[in-house]
Amino acid sequence: MNTPLRRVAMVVIAMFLVLMGGATSVQFFQASGLNNDNRNVRTLYREFGNARGPIVVAGDSIASSTPVPDPFGYLRGYSNGELYAPVTGFYSIVFSRSGIEDAMNTELNGSADSLFYERLQDLITGRQPQGAVVELTIDPVIQQAAWDALGDQRGAVVALDPTTGAILAMVSKPSYDPNLLAGHDTAAVNAAWTALNADEGNPMVNRAIGGDTYPPGSTFKLVTAAAALEAGLTPTTEVPAPDQLDLPLSTATLGNFGGSSCSSTGTTTLQNALRISCNTAFGQLGLDLGADALRDQATAFGFDTPLAVPLTVTQSHFPDADAIDAPQTAIAAIGQYDVAVTPLQMAMVSATIANGGERMAPYLVAAVRSPDLTVVEESTPISLGRSISTTTAMALRDMMVGVVADGTGTSAQISGVSVAGKTGTAQTTEEAAPHAWFTAFAPAESPRIAVAVIVENGGSAGSEATGGRVAAPIARAVIEAALR
Amino acid sequence: MATVVPHTVRAGRGVELALLAVALLLGIGAYAQVGLATTGTLPVDIVGYSAGLVVLALGLHVVLRWRAPYADPVILPVAVALNGVGLAMIYRIDLAYALRGRETSFAERQLGWTAIGVVLAGLVLVLLRDHRTLRRYTYTAMVVGLGLLVLPLVPGLGEEVNGARIWIFVAGYSFQPAEIGKIALAIFFAGYLVTTRDTLALAGPRVLGLQLPRPRDLGPIIVAWAVSLGVLVFERDLGTSLLFFGLFVAMLYLATERLSWVVIGLMLFAGGAFAAAQAFSHVGARFDAWLHAFDIDVFEASPGGSGQLVRGLFGMASGGLFGTGLGRGRPDLVPFAESDFIVASLGEELGLTGLLALLALYLVLAQRGLRTAIGVRDGFGKLFAGGMAFVVAFQCFVVVGGVTRLIPLTGLTMPFLAYGGSSLLANWVIVALLLRISDSARRPAGAVAPVRGDGPTRAPDEIADDAVAMPSPADDQGTELIDVREVPR
Repeated sequence: MNTPLRRVAMVVIAMFLVLMGGATSVQFFQASGLNNDNRNVRTLYREFGNARGPIVVAGDSIASSTPVPDPFGYLRGYSNGELYAPVTGFYSIVFSRSGIEDAMNTELNGSADSLFYERLQDLITGRQPQGAVVELTIDPVIQQAAWDALGDQRGAVVALDPTTGAILAMVSKPSYDPNLLAGHDTAAVNAAWTALNADEGNPMVNRAIGGDTYPPGSTFKLVTAAAALEAGLTPTTEVPAPDQLDLPLSTATLGNFGGSSCSSTGTTTLQNALRISCNTAFGQLGLDLGADALRDQATAFGFDTPLAVPLTVTQSHFPDADAIDAPQTAIAAIGQYDVAVTPLQMAMVSATIANGGERMAPYLVAAVRSPDLTVVEESTPISLGRSISTTTAMALRDMMVGVVADGTGTSAQISGVSVAGKTGTAQTTEEAAPHAWFTAFAPAESPRIAVAVIVENGGSAGSEATGGRVAAPIARAVIEAALR
Repeated sequence: MATVVPHTVRAGRGVELALLAVALLLGIGAYAQVGLATTGTLPVDIVGYSAGLVVLALGLHVVLRWRAPYADPVILPVAVALNGVGLAMIYRIDLAYALRGRETSFAERQLGWTAIGVVLAGLVLVLLRDHRTLRRYTYTAMVVGLGLLVLPLVPGLGEEVNGARIWIFVAGYSFQPAEIGKIALAIFFAGYLVTTRDTLALAGPRVLGLQLPRPRDLGPIIVAWAVSLGVLVFERDLGTSLLFFGLFVAMLYLATERLSWVVIGLMLFAGGAFAAAQAFSHVGARFDAWLHAFDIDVFEASPGGSGQLVRGLFGMASGGLFGTGLGRGRPDLVPFAESDFIVASLGEELGLTGLLALLALYLVLAQRGLRTAIGVRDGFGKLFAGGMAFVVAFQCFVVVGGVTRLIPLTGLTMPFLAYGGSSLLANWVIVALLLRISDSARRPAGAVAPVRGDGPTRAPDEIADDAVAMPSPADDQGTELIDVREVPR
């Protein structure tokens, strides 16, 4: 009976080889397919069960995970949630995530390629895996100043370091508390989500970079002026500045703000046209330069170009040359018609001028650190190329200084500091009050901050609002905070 | 010219003690690791727990020194290691359930069952001084075995769990009687086949190079087949059915050396299972859940869907090569993680590496059992040990094959690892029986049994009965190694 016993022993070995093959197939060859199956809740649970890294601003955590005795293991919490919500976004078991929580997810949960050695260490030392620390470029003092200055008005403020592109402040109002969405009580999270989405103020829209773009209004005259200077004009070139500009191919005319007159002679210098924000002069410039030149200059400043900071930024837009006729070009030259921008884009225009014409890529993440705080990745400023020549940048700077010193933007003046700025009052619809814009940088001679402010529909000033009256004081407060 | 070289057989108790230390360290270390990984501290009862395991293992070791000094030294440590790892995993699953607000005390109860199982094993070793005694109870064993097999069908006693009716509930405790039944049936098959194998081995017609048995000898296999199909249809469990029939066919082959029995058995079972799947929707559903596990309809069907199977696969996949580490996975996401799906739980937390190591332990256990069968001198012992070793291996195949989706999922549980009293008791008894048989297999001829008072236990005629060399199976050697993977499909 020994022969069949030996054969059965062989069969038993064969059976176990088959089992080992089966286990290998499941745990190795099919593993990634199974892990990515959308019915597999493990991936989600593992994600939530890990100690997620904090988001840090100037050494303080604004988002962090704390252990809780429930199946998820950790609860994401936000300190000063509303202030930073446009930046951090939320991290929800029901509604996924947004903002930095989403854009830096693999770093925060520790699965990024750059954290390979940390994971290896965890594996060897048996340490509980932890996500990386994401350190932001936000300056909490500037952020708070922008938040306070905006008050209860709807709008957004973006501040950049013009020499590096680092985003120093990003405020959007109304905001929301991400803690409402980060809870583990699904019913409460669902209710909060419904309420936030139903809120007509759209609190979850980051107005600074996303959602709807705005007509830039007169702040776009910086782009038109840049195109003119690049085309050979100088700040002192006399340009036509009629009280009414007859638009070609139509019976329509373009007037100045409040029907005012730019010049008694019918011409004025380019510099003066910007100082008083003369619509007819810039409309005429637009006609003279043509849609192509305007569009090229806008593109050089970053319009119609994808951008991530690493949050995805909605592209600002200048209409295609073949989609726009002459009268539309004149209106587009003063930032109306189909021109649409994000506040970040306008801050970038100011920052580029401040930086001598070289456009720096805006960024929010200063560094990624491992849990023991050694630097894993550190952001270095990246140039996106030259938008305008140094000469043009210098000329524009001086012209913008004039706007604040003695033009439409006087309420942005700070004693002892020369501020360069440009106002904008953008018409939306007939009934609604205009958006108030202001973009600026300071100090003019060695810029440390560039800022863009929008107050939707004039804010508390309503139809009386202008960029100079409503938005410029906010920019001033932000600049003061930066130059403290 | 052969010369007899006298040599002393090493009893192996020292080796066993050393291996036991390793096995205990594995089980206790795993238990401690679960505590460290989940709460950051050692489990509060670690001392009592360790002491309990050590006392149980050493107790059985002492019994072996006393009653079966020549027993195989590897079998006990393997069983202790598997039982220990299983306990640690069950404790870990208790903790995972507790985190979700489900208070269970599976580990505590499993420890209790382990104690009872080990004591039972000790009793078997003490009371059963010669395994051949069991041959006297051949037909009693048949009645008991078949009775246990059909016990879950008794109204009021049996209950359907997870689609299969293989459990009985008595006084708040649940048992899987087939676990004990398989031992009784192994006794019956061994006793029956050792007397009838000459008849069953007689040659019949030869078809396609295969020596078939005489048609008139087909009776027993038809009966076994009918019973196993009855189990499949009425108890709705492919595993028990497969286990029972597989045990019979394997032992029939061991007894007769006729490959034709295996071929006939496979064809009968495959045909029967196919017919049953066509005729009975609940049997068909089991096959559907296996073949179309990832179809959304099948996945979401409840009961009878593939949700549990697929969740188990998700768990194993998330473990990957090295596992999440004990206490760091989510085994609780799979229904019955502590029993039917303990293999998936272990695969998740210990990874492929750990699972392969555990499979290797089972392979060692089965091979030591088969080695025992080869070494023992009487035919009944050979058949009985071979049958039990095979049934342990085959049960692993059915369970792990089911969980890894090689074959349809069954309600059987993994020997030693899975939570469940009946399974643990049965497997400890199997280990005791294998140890008992291995003692007589490895005892040098002429060595005096250290059993006092009742004289020689080995009757000379019984030795003569089976020590005769079997006719060499010249005709069917070329086709011997059939592929068992064909069995379930």
